[in-house]
Amino acid sequence: MAEQLDEMYRDIIMEHYRFPRGHNKILNPDITKEGRNPACGDEIEIQVKMDKDKIETVSVDCAGCAISTASGSMLAEICEGKTIAEVKKIAEIVKALLKGEEFDDSYDIGDIEALQGVNKFPVRVKCALLSWTTLVDAIEAKKTDKQLTASTTEG
Amino acid sequence: MKVIDQNKSHSKSENGLLSVDSIRKDFPILDRMINGHKLVYFDSAATTQKPQSVIDAITSYYTNSNANVHRGLHTLAEEATSAMEKTRDKTAAFIGGVKREEIVFTRNATEAINLVASSWGKKNIKQGDRIVITQMEHHANLVPWIVLAKETGAELEYIPIDENGYLNLSDIKNIITPKTKIVALTHMSNVLGTINPVAEIISLAHKNNALVLIDGAQSVPHLSVDVKGLDADFYVFSAHKMLGPTGVGVLYAREEILNEMEPVVFGGEMINEVRFDFADWAELPMKFEAGTPNIADLVAFSPALDYLNKIGMDKIRQHEIEITTYGLEELRKLNFIKIFGPDNALDRGGVISFVDDKIHSHDLSQYLDSKGIAVRAGHHCAQPLVKLLGVTSTSRASFYIYNTNDEVDQLIEALKEARRYFVNG
Repeated sequence: MAEQLDEMYRDIIMEHYRFPRGHNKILNPDITKEGRNPACGDEIEIQVKMDKDKIETVSVDCAGCAISTASGSMLAEICEGKTIAEVKKIAEIVKALLKGEEFDDSYDIGDIEALQGVNKFPVRVKCALLSWTTLVDAIEAKKTDKQLTASTTEG
Repeated sequence: MKVIDQNKSHSKSENGLLSVDSIRKDFPILDRMINGHKLVYFDSAATTQKPQSVIDAITSYYTNSNANVHRGLHTLAEEATSAMEKTRDKTAAFIGGVKREEIVFTRNATEAINLVASSWGKKNIKQGDRIVITQMEHHANLVPWIVLAKETGAELEYIPIDENGYLNLSDIKNIITPKTKIVALTHMSNVLGTINPVAEIISLAHKNNALVLIDGAQSVPHLSVDVKGLDADFYVFSAHKMLGPTGVGVLYAREEILNEMEPVVFGGEMINEVRFDFADWAELPMKFEAGTPNIADLVAFSPALDYLNKIGMDKIRQHEIEITTYGLEELRKLNFIKIFGPDNALDRGGVISFVDDKIHSHDLSQYLDSKGIAVRAGHHCAQPLVKLLGVTSTSRASFYIYNTNDEVDQLIEALKEARRYFVNG
């Protein structure tokens, strides 16, 4: 178990947790969206600044656990300069990786691979998913100009 | 109250008035190794572990006496009915000696509260009436009233809590008024541990002609409760939080109130006479127990009550005061831990919610689990309360008859180690 625990709380994850990227709020964001994990009560706010069809900056404001904080930090890091299609692709990979399903390993996901250890702890998968689900919902909602309601990791 | 042994060399059997060593032998799960460590089970406020007698009763029922109840005249049907109804008698006796007709079995305490809200509530609550609850309610005693208030146009008013986790009763006369039709509150908070002055609140409510529902899910397992003495109108609790099986809840209500209430679930067992265009209801308590009940678990609730009676609720309370006092003292020594709820163990049950100022409760409980220590993490089904405490989640250690000060020491050690793992690592 100690090994499994270390497998989840890898050094890369702990580093992102202690020094999260994208922690500062963005002035005049193009998208703002709140997310909630009903299982634990954690709340998150994601802001996105676009540069034409690319993401310029993402800010992830959360007071979550090590896993959700690290995952949000990795999201902020990797999404910068990516197109919406690329971001969605990465989100799919993250989802598959967390659920222990097969994914396209030809795509460079950088530090995110370290989240793999979380799939041994099914309850924690939602922690790691929260920022990703919120971001994808935010992008979708923006596209259709839907009323923005809080995302959840349910369903 | 026995003075707590400050000496770290205390043995398990020194724990209070209970012979915890011999109690532990009755709970086979306590021998389990979790992640290479002996289980320390500190989550009894969520559900307690079960003694061998309860586990055996379930097997024995299915092995020897299985049949449907209240129908059929054969031997097995008689045995099953009588075993189940014996549990009703024992339950009635356990909460101070009420009539057996006043004990309605449900699936859990949540369902019992929903039954009151949707039957008594919909009949008696009108637009402009007031429903009073508190800021420290579990979702079970919160959501049904939010829904009822919305459906009827009644107003929902909250008794606030103060910074020490007690109910703030300074403005209570303006909260419980003649407009108030029902007051619903917990006897003991599942997050703060606070034991509420329910007798005082019931008396004030009755002066205003309001009825009172007490959520006893956390109190009945840990305190001697006399619902008649308290003069409660409704009192609900759950078997699985008091050594019994899951799937058994109890609604106590005064007979005259139950007689006035309409059933909300219809079908077999709850009827008196049925014609093609007509049905009327069985006598109490059957009119609220439609369909085949959870017979095996109801039967197995009986040895759980026997077990608690044999130890004695006063001794159980003493034991919990001791271990809670010790837990509070030891946790206070950790300057990175913030504890919620009353300072004095005499004012609270064996529940301690806390946060580490740097480690999220999820990470903390995951770490504790790696050391074999089971605590609850999250919002404890009390989101508004936890938000009021200024956090999104807490860790909660809750104690019962099988827990020892040695186990508290293990928790304290693990909290220090977690600090090294997450903060100074």
